[in-house]
Amino acid sequence: MLGALLLAMVWLVANVQSNLERQNINSGFGFLSERAGFGINQTLIDYTEDSSFGRVLTVGLLNTLLVSVFGVFFATVLGFALGVARLSGNWLINKTAMVYVEIFRNVPLLLQIMFWYFGVLRNLPSPRKAVSLGDTMFLSNRGIVVPAIEAASGAGWYVAAFGLSLAAFIWLRRRARLARLADGALMPFWRPLLTVVLASIGVAALLAGVPFSLDVPALKGFNFRGGITVIPEFVALLLALSLYTAAFIAEIVRAGIQSVSKGQREAAAALGLPDKTALRLVVIPQALRVIIPPLTSQYLNLTKNSSLAVAIAYPDIVSVFAGTTLTQVGQAVEIIFITMMIYLSLSLMTSYAMNRYNARIALVGQNT
Amino acid sequence: MQIKRKAFIGVVSLVLGLTPMVASVSAQAAGSTLDVVTQRGHLQCGVSQGLPGFSNPDDKGNWTGIDVDFCKAVAAAIFGDAKKVKFTPLSAKERFTAIQSGEVDIIARNTTWSMHRDTALGVDFRAVNYYDGQGFMVRADLGVTSTAELDGATLCTNQGTTTELNAADYFRANNMQYEIVAFEKADEAVAAYNSGRCDAYTTDHSALYAQRLKLTDPQGHIVLPEIISKEPLGPAVRQGDNNWGDIVAWVHYATVAAEELGVTSKNIAAMGNSSNPSVKRLLGKDGTFGRNLGIPADWAMQAIKQVGNYGEIFERNVGINTPLGIERGYNALWTDGGLQYAPPIR
Repeated sequence: MLGALLLAMVWLVANVQSNLERQNINSGFGFLSERAGFGINQTLIDYTEDSSFGRVLTVGLLNTLLVSVFGVFFATVLGFALGVARLSGNWLINKTAMVYVEIFRNVPLLLQIMFWYFGVLRNLPSPRKAVSLGDTMFLSNRGIVVPAIEAASGAGWYVAAFGLSLAAFIWLRRRARLARLADGALMPFWRPLLTVVLASIGVAALLAGVPFSLDVPALKGFNFRGGITVIPEFVALLLALSLYTAAFIAEIVRAGIQSVSKGQREAAAALGLPDKTALRLVVIPQALRVIIPPLTSQYLNLTKNSSLAVAIAYPDIVSVFAGTTLTQVGQAVEIIFITMMIYLSLSLMTSYAMNRYNARIALVGQNT
Repeated sequence: MQIKRKAFIGVVSLVLGLTPMVASVSAQAAGSTLDVVTQRGHLQCGVSQGLPGFSNPDDKGNWTGIDVDFCKAVAAAIFGDAKKVKFTPLSAKERFTAIQSGEVDIIARNTTWSMHRDTALGVDFRAVNYYDGQGFMVRADLGVTSTAELDGATLCTNQGTTTELNAADYFRANNMQYEIVAFEKADEAVAAYNSGRCDAYTTDHSALYAQRLKLTDPQGHIVLPEIISKEPLGPAVRQGDNNWGDIVAWVHYATVAAEELGVTSKNIAAMGNSSNPSVKRLLGKDGTFGRNLGIPADWAMQAIKQVGNYGEIFERNVGINTPLGIERGYNALWTDGGLQYAPPIR
């Protein structure tokens, strides 16, 4: 049976290939190493017009990941806050959250992206009249320009100091947790952590001085030069994706919390746990079991919805690869195939990570 | 398990069943385009999503423009009726796939004829109905009068065109910096330029004039005089059907020849009695040109009568008395120092 399917696939590929050949359309993946020749206005890695189409693919993928990761983060934070607010006893908070949810989940996402991009952008000043914050940060219709931190040699010591602090944080937390579980003893946490952080930074400063300088943006000609520019396309897309997805997450969180039976909360109260602690230690852990699976779908949706970026010229993978590259090269079959595979892998990886997390909390839930 | 296996068999047989269909559809598409068009009863023409002067729906929803008129002329040549044409609006990104897959019979979509497109995409460019070049539009109050002053500028443009490449080449060749913001649709690119996202909007010169009409204050913007590229715009057909390509090419040449011979949509009835042998051949009174192409003998006469000669089409859509106000320039006849030149019809 599997053999038949494979055979069908092979036949499909051969059929496509022969048809393309007969119509004199180029095929194959050789184009990935050819020179791209066009510019991209947001690149997380080095990219020039001389880079290859393969590099374009990487640049686009990183831009998609950037907006997705930030979007997932903000949507989750906002969604949880709204979900809890929906259950608040305070009428005003409750209704505000409800109005938010109903508005943002019922307006098509593309319209919301357009709104943030064209509606908000149009009201921003030109670079020459930019709103400045202490002459170092600027807000204009070219985006938000912030100073960049430039590291000189010796910055490595600071990286090492940061690594040491992080290691200390993880080790101390683990020690405190184990001690608490073993015999309920309270181990010192904050004071030793602070000591390590200050000491490591102090040593780094002694060894390397201050190897950082600020690259402050300045208006030159048409636009700001220097610093880091957060382009308006990114801001608009991130806003729209986060706000839209947060509305769905809020409903998922509300459903999750409501699924925990009232008795659990009452039992926690009977044991003398304050409301907040009861929510954190009793309700949320049980609610998470209900929340995580649909939350995963929302994360996947957000990542896939980021492809609407193409409407407002955010250089994501669909825009620069399945868009510009496709028209320059003209090999629709190969390019769309690659793009589909990338989205599929992204989704599978997200699912995998979330399922792992889900399995962990589900197990904890059963044991207690 | 049993159910699963049944579903699986279903999927496989569906795939196996569909593939021969796909193959047969593309085989049909590779057959004679003229036969397909004649059987269907109308021409399917791929146009832009709205570019004034070239292909743009008017307030009644009728398509107008130089590219639209070209498709109408082809329909008139085949069916003797310029109305037997339907238009498919295509984005720059979709256009080549649409012609490759047989969704449209012809694209007349202000498309630049370049060697890569002609040789690698399975399409054939057969004529140039507008000689264009890429330019820049800026706000008048910016104080810029030449493209050489655009160092460091942010450019808005449409994605999937030669424009992005030309701009990159031009700025790098002149050692100037730039930032490009490429939109999928021209409307959004113009809206972003209008709202101040970019210092300049760049596309083909003719399109700059057309898009300027969509701005809130058209007079507040100027089109810079420099042209940084060659953009011969013309109709393209699927590669491999030479007869169909010949029809498309010669309909264009017929409109150019008609202008050269002084045949217009208005005087064509009188011209029918002309003793000028060139006119007689053009109007199908002499020779077997229609039969050679596989279409009626009065093909050119119908095209000119119902749509007009090249000069009429140009002046009606983009000429000096239209909102676009473009002069003939390179698109004048060769006899007037332009580039429009038809090989002899004989």
